Amino acid sequence: MTPPHAPAAPLLSASRLAFSRNDEPVFGPLNFSLGRGETVLVEGDNGSGKTTLLRVLAGMLPASSGDIRFDGIPASRDARNGRVLWLGHRTGMNESLSPRENLAFLAGLYGTRAGQNPDTAMAAVGIEAWIDEPLRTLSAGQKKRVGLARLRLLPGDIWLLDEPYANLDRYGIDLVNHLVAEHCRAGGAALVTSHGAVRFADPNARHIHLVA
Amino acid sequence: MASLTQTVDRGTGTMDVTAVARSSRRPGTWRACRALLRRDFVLAWRRRGELFLPLLYAVIVTALFPFALGPEPELLGRIAGGVLLVIVVLAMLPALEAMFRADLEDGTLEQWLLAPQPLALLALTRVIAHWITTVLPLIVVMPLLGALLDLPMKVLPILIVTLLLATPLIALLGAVLSALAAGARRSGILLALMLLPLVVPVVIFAAGAIAAAQSGMPYLAPLTWLAAALVLAIVLAPLACAAALRIAVES
Amino acid sequence: MLRNGQAGVVGERAWKWGRVPEHPGFRNMSRSYVPHFIHWLGSPPNFYRFAGNVRPWLMAAALVCAVIGLYGGLVLAPPDYQQGDAYRIIFIHVPSAWMSLFIYAAMAIAGLVALVWRVKLAEVIAMECAPIGAAFTLITLLTGSLWGKPMWGTWWTWGARLTSELVLFFLYLGVIGLYNAFEDRRRGARAASLLALVGIVNLPIVHYSVVWWNTLHQGSTVNLFGHSSIAPSMLWPLLVMALATHLYFFASILGRARTGLLSLESGKQWVRQLVTDTSR
Repeated sequence: MTPPHAPAAPLLSASRLAFSRNDEPVFGPLNFSLGRGETVLVEGDNGSGKTTLLRVLAGMLPASSGDIRFDGIPASRDARNGRVLWLGHRTGMNESLSPRENLAFLAGLYGTRAGQNPDTAMAAVGIEAWIDEPLRTLSAGQKKRVGLARLRLLPGDIWLLDEPYANLDRYGIDLVNHLVAEHCRAGGAALVTSHGAVRFADPNARHIHLVA
Repeated sequence: MASLTQTVDRGTGTMDVTAVARSSRRPGTWRACRALLRRDFVLAWRRRGELFLPLLYAVIVTALFPFALGPEPELLGRIAGGVLLVIVVLAMLPALEAMFRADLEDGTLEQWLLAPQPLALLALTRVIAHWITTVLPLIVVMPLLGALLDLPMKVLPILIVTLLLATPLIALLGAVLSALAAGARRSGILLALMLLPLVVPVVIFAAGAIAAAQSGMPYLAPLTWLAAALVLAIVLAPLACAAALRIAVES
Repeated sequence: MLRNGQAGVVGERAWKWGRVPEHPGFRNMSRSYVPHFIHWLGSPPNFYRFAGNVRPWLMAAALVCAVIGLYGGLVLAPPDYQQGDAYRIIFIHVPSAWMSLFIYAAMAIAGLVALVWRVKLAEVIAMECAPIGAAFTLITLLTGSLWGKPMWGTWWTWGARLTSELVLFFLYLGVIGLYNAFEDRRRGARAASLLALVGIVNLPIVHYSVVWWNTLHQGSTVNLFGHSSIAPSMLWPLLVMALATHLYFFASILGRARTGLLSLESGKQWVRQLVTDTSR
């Protein structure tokens, strides 16, 4: 798997990154980097700080120490925004709106990948039939797939996926793996958390293991 | 679902390298604001039943005043302007509290924060959508409420102009407080407690304009002050609101 | 790993402010920008010890000043030619009113530091200012009301000063209420600090608008210091009382910040050490 661009600096790198909540260390210090075409799997038990690590990388929580760089540039809103796609525990979409309306709104904020629109994105995750139904009528797994459609639709080379396998059936898990692999082939990178128990597509993916 | 491989294959061809590259097309801020406005209007339309609640509240409270004070037109007419002003402020409160709460709970704010758009402008757009959907109807029914309280006809236009300046100002201040309170536990009275000191000047100048118009005195000065404060708030409040939203998302 | 003594978190914010520290982290940042003593004091254990040492002296000085000021004001100063002895409440009322504003300013400055540099000590100080400030504001309102009864024949008047003070009281209550509505105290402190900053922009506007409103309504505005010069025999006790309230405030905030830090840092080594040392 050769990245199409030869990167001078990794897309995302962290050095001596640590986070403490109320002075209890949650994770770290961690050193890692994420280059183009790379996937890093963050493993650990519940409460080991996987979600926190992703939130720190996304700038939603301030690191307690250490630093984060995007393309070698110290993290800032300008360096980060628009490049990071976030898939968290919460859907990030309004329950009263349909997937089409939700995706159209996010496309308005983020823009779209070339050739993509809400229809193609929903088709790629196999639930195009629900595109005009209010989100609240969809099952948990279907909502998760709408979240995956968001990844398809929006540009952004760094994917931060927090437990993307939760609520998904076998086909859904394959779908996540496929999307991640495809994204990495296209020059992107992904950081994926999992509490284990999921077979990950890319056998070469690096692992970060967090201990509670 | 049956044809996973098929759906996946359909996707492969279209995912293209350049789209991922750094220079992928960022939508302009104007387009983002329009998308947000459209979304908020659609959402308001889906829940249009809720939009009538502030109106209903205003009508009920207005109708209670004559019973409490007696139906003499002179008395009612004299206090009508100030009473309607206070009723509008109170009717705005419940909706203000909910301005960001749902978006925080379903994770939409996380998407706002990571979007390549200025958060303050998104917040300002939200305030505009909020004002149009929840406050504008209150101003539209002012002639009706004014009639219930025998508001002199010559004061009505001034009352409406005053409200057109004062309510956006209150909505902007309320947005900051609503964003601050969104990260906290639910507590109904908190927003009112925080809002009271901030709306005192607004109410003073708005009521001053109305009272001046009623007694035939020049009312332009307080209106100008309101307009100046509104301009100031349009610049500063979204910045404070964005800072508050960042605190709210941090958890 | 973050360990004891590290006062705050800088990370990304430092870059935002145009400084690229070689090693991000509060220690290094502050070393180059803040005088060494303040940097040293920013560390909770150091502050805890320093405050514990200074507080008794401040409190004693406050008491001495209060006794001198009250003796000067209540005994030595002559009765006012118009108000008789009733004016003597100004020796409580006026210093309290000054403190209510001074503490709000202190809270806002600490809040600004807390928001921009995320210094834990600043968060604690800002939040511990609020109850003290609210108390002084309440004292101002109550003594003003007590003074108003013999002077104007009413407990409450919507005069410009009293109304502004009432609004200030609500600002304090809002800060306290917001802070307590958060589960996470540090997040609550930052949210409430932002509210305090919004309030400080608001305060002059409130005061101006209330003055305007008062002149408009030709109400019972009574100018408390109509005679522009105050007799020296009345002035010096007033100034001594002002000094006493300031000293009391500093003693009080040091004490409150100590307990605040103890509970925030309860998991840390220096607090554990402290507990084992004192219980032995």
